[in-house]
Amino acid sequence: MNFTSFLHNFWDNTVSGLSQGSIYALFALGYTLVYGVLRLINFAHSEVFMIGTFAAIYAWRGFGLDQDSSTPAFGLVVVYLLVGLLAAMAASATTAVVIERVAYRPLRRRNAPTLAFLITAIGASVVLSEAVGVWTRRKPVGAPPLVRQKVVFHIGGAAVTNLTIGILVLALVLMVALDQFINHSRLGRGIRAVAMDPNTAALMGVNKDRVIALVFVLGGLMAGAAAVMYNLKITGTHFFAGFDLGIKSFAAAVLGGIGNLRGALLGGLLLGVLEPYTSSLLGTQWTSIVAFVVLVAILVFRPTGILGESLGRTRA
Amino acid sequence: MSVIAGASQSARRAVGGWWDGLPRGVRIVVGLALLVVAYLAPFDWFYPLFGPFVTAETDFPTTLFTMAYYVLLSLGLNVVVGLAGLLDLGYVGFFAIGAYTVGLLTSPDSDFHTKWPWIPTVPIAIAVVMVSGVILGGVTLRLRGDYLAIVTLGFAEIIRAYAESSTFLRGQFGFSSIPHPPGTLPSGKPLFGVIDASPYYWLALPLVIVVIFGIRNLERSRVGRAWVAIREDEDAAEAMGVPTFRFKLWAFAIGAAFGGLSGTLFATQIGFINSGNFALFFSILVLAGVVLGGSGNIPGVILGGAFIAYIPERLRGIKEPITGTDLYEFRFLFFGLLLSLIMIFRPAGLIPSRRRKREFADRAKEVTVGE
Amino acid sequence: MSDYEATSAQAADARIDEPIATAPTSPAPAGAHRAPDRHGLLEVDDVTLRFGGVVALDRVSFNLHEGEILGLIGPNGAGKTTCFNAMTGVYAPTSGQIRFRGMPLTGRKKYQITRLGMARTFQNIRLFPEMTALENTMVGTDARHKTSVVSALLRLPRHWHEERAGKEKAMDLLRFVGIERRAGEVARNLSYGEQRRLEIARALATEPILLCLDEPAAGFNPAEKESLLKLIREIRETGVTILLIEHDMRLVMGVTERIVVLEFGKKIAEGTPAEVRDDPKVVAAYLGVPTDAA
Repeated sequence: MNFTSFLHNFWDNTVSGLSQGSIYALFALGYTLVYGVLRLINFAHSEVFMIGTFAAIYAWRGFGLDQDSSTPAFGLVVVYLLVGLLAAMAASATTAVVIERVAYRPLRRRNAPTLAFLITAIGASVVLSEAVGVWTRRKPVGAPPLVRQKVVFHIGGAAVTNLTIGILVLALVLMVALDQFINHSRLGRGIRAVAMDPNTAALMGVNKDRVIALVFVLGGLMAGAAAVMYNLKITGTHFFAGFDLGIKSFAAAVLGGIGNLRGALLGGLLLGVLEPYTSSLLGTQWTSIVAFVVLVAILVFRPTGILGESLGRTRA
Repeated sequence: MSVIAGASQSARRAVGGWWDGLPRGVRIVVGLALLVVAYLAPFDWFYPLFGPFVTAETDFPTTLFTMAYYVLLSLGLNVVVGLAGLLDLGYVGFFAIGAYTVGLLTSPDSDFHTKWPWIPTVPIAIAVVMVSGVILGGVTLRLRGDYLAIVTLGFAEIIRAYAESSTFLRGQFGFSSIPHPPGTLPSGKPLFGVIDASPYYWLALPLVIVVIFGIRNLERSRVGRAWVAIREDEDAAEAMGVPTFRFKLWAFAIGAAFGGLSGTLFATQIGFINSGNFALFFSILVLAGVVLGGSGNIPGVILGGAFIAYIPERLRGIKEPITGTDLYEFRFLFFGLLLSLIMIFRPAGLIPSRRRKREFADRAKEVTVGE
Repeated sequence: MSDYEATSAQAADARIDEPIATAPTSPAPAGAHRAPDRHGLLEVDDVTLRFGGVVALDRVSFNLHEGEILGLIGPNGAGKTTCFNAMTGVYAPTSGQIRFRGMPLTGRKKYQITRLGMARTFQNIRLFPEMTALENTMVGTDARHKTSVVSALLRLPRHWHEERAGKEKAMDLLRFVGIERRAGEVARNLSYGEQRRLEIARALATEPILLCLDEPAAGFNPAEKESLLKLIREIRETGVTILLIEHDMRLVMGVTERIVVLEFGKKIAEGTPAEVRDDPKVVAAYLGVPTDAA
């Protein structure tokens, strides 16, 4: 165990981990929302994210920006970011709803066993990622460098850039907004009702289908935001991006407590820092394994996660 | 698209019904005839009879060998998914462990420096794989349904990630010079060479047959009964004295053994393995084979397994008109689509097992709260 | 005396892991080899079962004696099926203990309890829908078989022997409950009455000493109930002790020898049918409805 490396890099790791963790957290929201309401692991959510990344990049290309462009002026950057966010969120949300409609709803109508949902989801996931993969000839696609990274301040020797702050702030804002929506709006109440007891909710006049579509839309929106952050951070994407991050974000959702919104945040951030910590401590070959080990460990020892299942139930 | 799914469904059902309806004597004759055809298939004076079925780019014996070990994989996964009803998404992990065990024990690249011939490594590989199956099962079988699926997925990814990044398993460099099975032809040339895959295919066939009979024996015994009982109502099964955990573990171990066996065949034929051979998509491909075949149904699973191996090879060399991409590249897309469509429209699969079909028809009557 | 009844007596005698011979040498009367039970075949000892805040069973105690037919009754939600589930290992009591043949059942898995000699049927029929009646019953006979996975794989002699014996015993049982003509029929396709009987046959196949029937007459018309009554008595004649949950008072009064009454998780009465019927607490619990309206 390399403790010197661990300690030496601690703040660096924490900062980068929180930033990466924010992406995981937003991505994880999609899994947790759908699970909370449908008790279903939406395997195809990873592709919802991936399509968001491509949508943003193509939107930027539409404005003449690609990976070789120079960073535009500040005012324009804000505009482009908004454009990217809009494109990604719209694309992701749409993809999510289409998947629900085409792949899941027929199975729901038929009361199919859970395994059927999972298999269909896998099929859908493969179809989407493969379609994009063939389209891009399985090569990565670059994103324009919209944000010129500037160090804003230091914590314990680690540089905190404007991008990192931007990501963290955006993630928190979106989470709070979602949380407010779920807990204080009429539609949010519908979601919680369906999560608790779909049949009774239906009897009380809640349109179950619409709630389910809404949940997918919300998850898609969050994933779209995560997609833009990913584009900015990695300056690119590829057809496999969804799968890579998907499993990790799912692990984050489970870690925090699947079905629990705050759990997704906690799990995401936690996993985000755990990865670089492990990398410093044990070596880089373990980084990709951390998420899986965490996933397996949690499911075996504490399946309800840190904060426990709770969408629709008592507050986290 | 649904028309295609529906039409093929009717065709498959016809095949399935036909096989079940045959009297036993006829089935034996047909089986033997198929066996003869299978053995004659690699001969270049014989397979042109298959006409358009012959693969263009890959030579046909190699395709046949690929089909053979995919059938083995599908049969193994069928034990876990189709018979016992446990969704294992990480099946490629067992395939990898089998292949890597062979690589570690035989290849000059390995840290072990043992450099054994291929044959003795096979039982060892199977033993290792079964142990890993028991460990994986022991840890995860208490989880139900989709959690089991995700965790098995995670395990397979752990194995792949470890293979890719560790020096022990040599990542992309892999293990080369894996020895072939022994034997020399009268001419002095080795029986199991590098170019011609026919001997490997002929070696694989009897293994497939042994596996088929083994699974059949299990199906028609208390073991098969226990598995079906577990699949249909695990709690009731346990109440009737079935040690469910033990039998689920056995399903895992047996499935793992067949996966590992397939891995050893693969390793020796191809002679070189690395982390790129064991991507997750292969688990999904094999699952597609099992589901397509109508999981739980041996003839169906054989056809399904052969199908998923054959189609990609057949598609090689055919260029798609718009972008000129080789259709081979579309194989995962194609199977993913097929998988989803089958689940959406006709979940019973290729040759529907009587049981599975009714399982689906019944769900509508159950009261589901919260899905 | 049929083979079945004799082997049941032997089953009562065997410890958990001993193989039970399926061919008896001479029919032995029930109870011939057993040690006298001082406390009772089944002792439910001060059992409390909590689910979160809900107290499903509240310090319930009663004993079940060998050879008797005990009824467990009470209004809906009284905890009868929960009690069954606690006995068969589905739930672990929050406090208290359940002992069967003197052995505590705490921590035992469901299938171990079945192998100890306690079998059950379910309130909402839980047959294996895609298996035939015969196959369903054979899952029960399998409980007493020793064929291992390897034996089955290699088709060793023990497999053949046990398969044949199991099939015979299963057919015997189907005959015993009266549905042998439907042996090859898939369980889904059986009539409701046939399914209930099949469940009983399947439970009996595990060679129990104690058979727990959870509302076996639900949904039956009076003629079917009479027929079931007869069957229950016949089962008892073979030496099996019976614990019965039932709502139908006529059935309960007609076949049980002792009754335990639960209400809101507590035992409120215990005694002979006559005693219980006139007990004011029982009458009050059922809101003054002494006969059922089933």
